[in-house]
Amino acid sequence: MSKTFTLDGREIPFETGQTIMDAALAAAVYIPHLCHNPEFAPHGSCRVCVVDIGGRQVSACTAAASEGLVVDSSSEAIQATRRAILQMLFVEGNHVCPACEKSGACQLQAVAYYTGMLAPHFTHFFPRRPVDASHPDVIIDFNRCILCELCVRASRDHDGKRVFAISGRGLESHLVIDSPSGLLGDSSFAAGDKAAHVCPTGAILPKGRGYETPIGERLYDREPISIVGDVRAHEEEVV
Amino acid sequence: MNASTAVTVEGFVTESLATHGRDPRHLLQHLIRVQQRFSYVPDAAVEALSAALDVTRTQVRAAIAFYAFLHNRPRGAFEIRFSDNITDRMLGSRRLIRLLVERLGLTGLPAWGHDLIRDDGRVSIGLASCTGMCDQGPALLVNGYAVTHLDAQRVDRIADLVQEGILLERWPGEFFRVGNNIRRRGLLLGNPATDSAALHRLVDEGADVALAEVERSGLRGRGGAGFTTALKWRFCREAPGTERYVVCNADEGEPGTFKDRVLLTDYADLVIEGMTVCAGVIGARRGFLYLRGEYRYLLPHLESVLQRRRAEGLLGMSILGADGFDFDIEIHLGAGAYICGEESALIESLEGKRGVTRKRPPFPVTSGFDDQPTVVNNVETFLAAARVVRWGGYWFRGEGTDQSAGSKILSVSGDCARPGIYEYPFGTPVHRVLSDCGAENTQAVQISGAAGATLSPADFDRIIAFEDLPTAGSFMVFDDSRDLLDMVRNFAAFFAHESCGFCTPCRVGGALLRNLIEKVAAGQGSEYDLSEMRRIGAVMRQASYCGLGHTAPNHVLNTLDKFPQIYRRRLARASHTPSFDLDAALSEARALTGRDDVGAHIRVQMPDGSEVSA
Repeated sequence: MSKTFTLDGREIPFETGQTIMDAALAAAVYIPHLCHNPEFAPHGSCRVCVVDIGGRQVSACTAAASEGLVVDSSSEAIQATRRAILQMLFVEGNHVCPACEKSGACQLQAVAYYTGMLAPHFTHFFPRRPVDASHPDVIIDFNRCILCELCVRASRDHDGKRVFAISGRGLESHLVIDSPSGLLGDSSFAAGDKAAHVCPTGAILPKGRGYETPIGERLYDREPISIVGDVRAHEEEVV
Repeated sequence: MNASTAVTVEGFVTESLATHGRDPRHLLQHLIRVQQRFSYVPDAAVEALSAALDVTRTQVRAAIAFYAFLHNRPRGAFEIRFSDNITDRMLGSRRLIRLLVERLGLTGLPAWGHDLIRDDGRVSIGLASCTGMCDQGPALLVNGYAVTHLDAQRVDRIADLVQEGILLERWPGEFFRVGNNIRRRGLLLGNPATDSAALHRLVDEGADVALAEVERSGLRGRGGAGFTTALKWRFCREAPGTERYVVCNADEGEPGTFKDRVLLTDYADLVIEGMTVCAGVIGARRGFLYLRGEYRYLLPHLESVLQRRRAEGLLGMSILGADGFDFDIEIHLGAGAYICGEESALIESLEGKRGVTRKRPPFPVTSGFDDQPTVVNNVETFLAAARVVRWGGYWFRGEGTDQSAGSKILSVSGDCARPGIYEYPFGTPVHRVLSDCGAENTQAVQISGAAGATLSPADFDRIIAFEDLPTAGSFMVFDDSRDLLDMVRNFAAFFAHESCGFCTPCRVGGALLRNLIEKVAAGQGSEYDLSEMRRIGAVMRQASYCGLGHTAPNHVLNTLDKFPQIYRRRLARASHTPSFDLDAALSEARALTGRDDVGAHIRVQMPDGSEVSA
């Protein structure tokens, strides 16, 4: 008989070594997340998947599942914490949802809707971040980067290229590209790289394909993220 | 002196690689040497190190951007960094910074992360978080070396020395004198001498006996978290691994803490003996002493103690003649990053990377340096462990409280007649420390540093112990002449600057909190902003990835509860005030339209309630 824990009153089976997120994904129960992608080692940086276990908050993507745990992922308190974290992400960068090519197929936007975030709330920082359009096939808009490091991990662990890294610290933390000029076009990055297809926001976008699917008919325009899951699973449909 | 071009960058890097090796984990150590030699890390060094160590240039640049003491642009030949802890400010550092800026013909004031650099490259002036000289401040670092007891006269003289280009070696020796100021000695500080008795006992009676004594003593880690030392050693000893490591955490970055500096100065032998005993217990052959960059002046002293102990057979191969007991210690320098005091970030930094906290579990005891079982303990913990193995667990257990055996060494600073080092048995009430150090009219005590708790007089009967007031050792006193909001602003800026940036609540929340406090301090805050501060603080506490984010809002939440008047007396009357000037925001539009009549202005509410057009 397999072991189980309780997630919002539901029994979730798990194998030893699985995290709460692993088990929830396997059971098709949605826990919101941004920096997590089951193809890569858990990271735990965005904190959107925070859940409550006996009054302690942990990230579901890094916390091990164990027998008899009682996990709360849907109370108003947990949703409020997630909402605040998302509001922080939105004011840290420059996110222009109505005009963004990724609108409707953006995980950041979809998770924000899921948690009931209706406004950015905090004071915007309005950082100045240039766009890098030097690559023939791909554009990087640093304004939309949320520092999830999925491209860093994909390039390093899957593509074997180490094209990306995070530099600076605190609010100055930012994505950097490994080339003599620091530009994507001068790096070994290719549109076929895994790293080109893991961004949960509109920070890494293919060139020449904008608005192929009209806004309003896109993945999360049709159904919420809690039903359809991560955008990466639907990439063929949405880009 | 730094800007000499006699040696090329490439030549210097080649020599550094030849002397100190090509292990990618030594990247940070190479960068620190380049920085010290050239006052920055030139691109040529980035390329050379990247090629030689098989790390990407991006990783090298990311490390430079992460550590506060590394730069990608030249600093001055004299690189001056004023210590900017609240205790330095209370001792008048801001006035002295202004004086030096003026005397050197610079303009403006340095801010955190923003240095003033003179056009001729002779000198730069910046800030450092806390240089660990709070009992003898205001202090500064010049090319990494601490100058204490600053006053107008000393600053004047420094300006002259800089103007005349006098080499640092020829500056007056008393500038660099660092006092110990040990005011009260107890269990640990009572006798600095060592006859290596703990090591002899380990070799004579075996590792099990030594570990049993540490177990019996009830010793808990002195870094703040208070994990049981014997348990940590036992876990590490029993964890599977091919190598094991001992790491001494001498990062002491907590504002207001300086006792480890004194221990490394006068008790280095005992600290190293404690590390060696730990190595014997867990079976480690290599150890590291991670020394904060601010204490670089201690490097020659510590190296000479290590060298002497090697010569005496207390380090190296077959220690005390015991076959197979091989252990040696390397010193690694930090480069200005508070987060590196957290044990997993410290290990990342030891491995030459940015000091970002690791995911736990696994904990360092099973997967630390090089993913091998590693014990990371504080300086004071190793000192205590050496004494415990020498004198026995009961000797140590005889002092303190039920859950907190032994004594605690405090770094006392701020408004008191006798700042310095005080050792007390655990269980000592706060008021006892205050009376001993000569504190009068005390308004508040900040215990355990910026990350600790703010105590009001109602707390002064509470005791220093893990069961009541745990502390890493910092004890900052504020008398009733102080505006505690100055402390809050200082700490909030500190945490925003020192967040590693990895997780959202700490990275963004810390900056939001700092900005809101500045808004209140500027007289533009409202009740709404105070409740926002509580809300952001709560999210940081609950949802941050590591202890830095969990504790960063403590000072704000504590003072909002215990000292609400420091905020309230500054609030604008309205329940909400915007964070920007609405009328000023329209000025560009007014200029463009050429219209500047009354109707083109937002009506502004004055503090007395009346409305006027701006």
